[in-house]
Amino acid sequence: MLWGVLQFPGSCDERDALHACELSGGEARLIWHEEHDLGSVDAIVVPGGFSYGDYLRAGAIARFSPAMEAVAEFAAEGGPVLGICNGFQVLCEADLLPGALLLNESMRFVCRQVELVVDGPKTSAIDAFSARRRGGTLSIPAKHGEGRYWAPEGMLDSLEATGQVAFRYAPGQNPNGSARDIAGVRNEAGNVLGLMPHPEHAVDAMTGSTDGLRVFDAVAGARV
Amino acid sequence: MPKARVLIRPKEGILDPQGKAVERALPALGFEGVEHVRVGRMVELEAEDPAQLPALCEKLLANPLIEDFEIESIDGA
Repeated sequence: MLWGVLQFPGSCDERDALHACELSGGEARLIWHEEHDLGSVDAIVVPGGFSYGDYLRAGAIARFSPAMEAVAEFAAEGGPVLGICNGFQVLCEADLLPGALLLNESMRFVCRQVELVVDGPKTSAIDAFSARRRGGTLSIPAKHGEGRYWAPEGMLDSLEATGQVAFRYAPGQNPNGSARDIAGVRNEAGNVLGLMPHPEHAVDAMTGSTDGLRVFDAVAGARV
Repeated sequence: MPKARVLIRPKEGILDPQGKAVERALPALGFEGVEHVRVGRMVELEAEDPAQLPALCEKLLANPLIEDFEIESIDGA
């Protein structure tokens, strides 16, 4: 299992993501944003940070990088892609995931451990990410200033109906005002997953939780 | 080269915490009776071919899912 972890100017969690990929039993390499060719990777992580300084809107510039063009092709061919925090924002900007991430309702940067309730496909045959764990919870830290998930009401209804809501903040723990407590979503095919909390920071019992590894394991098996 | 100004604002109905914060700050400064404050972005640019501006706005300057935009030409272009 070879992971590719993108690195933009302004990324800051790519090293933790590499570490998490390795702890989940794979090998991992960084992919600089100017690379056109992803090589022979089996899965991609678009990591957290502040790509291109978050100028204009978080993720707006990163989506046009050569590496992201390659990721879009990789995803279209069924390759598993995990977007974390800024990576989630990039995937939404790139239309690889539905919706958008807005400024936290509180206007404050939040940094705290949150419980995520694993949602999952209700009807779809694809259970690559979490169907077996539907209803379980993961303890994973969140740290962001622009993490308020938003989509038009009709789109939210349809995401719920098609099982594309991957994670919700546990009741009372929504840190940013996200619509319907949504913390993470997947694409229709099930091979692209984005979430605001940081599974790569929850991989070592020393720091409180290893639940993040389960997200990496799930993505590893998400080729469609 | 023709100059243009692009105004980008959060769509109606989307909570704008920046606007709310500004609105809440105003009474403390003695400005009463100001409401519905919305904070957006303004981009000025020069474009050889202004016809390409709408596409450019939709693709990069604004996110059409969450933002509306207006293009105005300036300096008589």
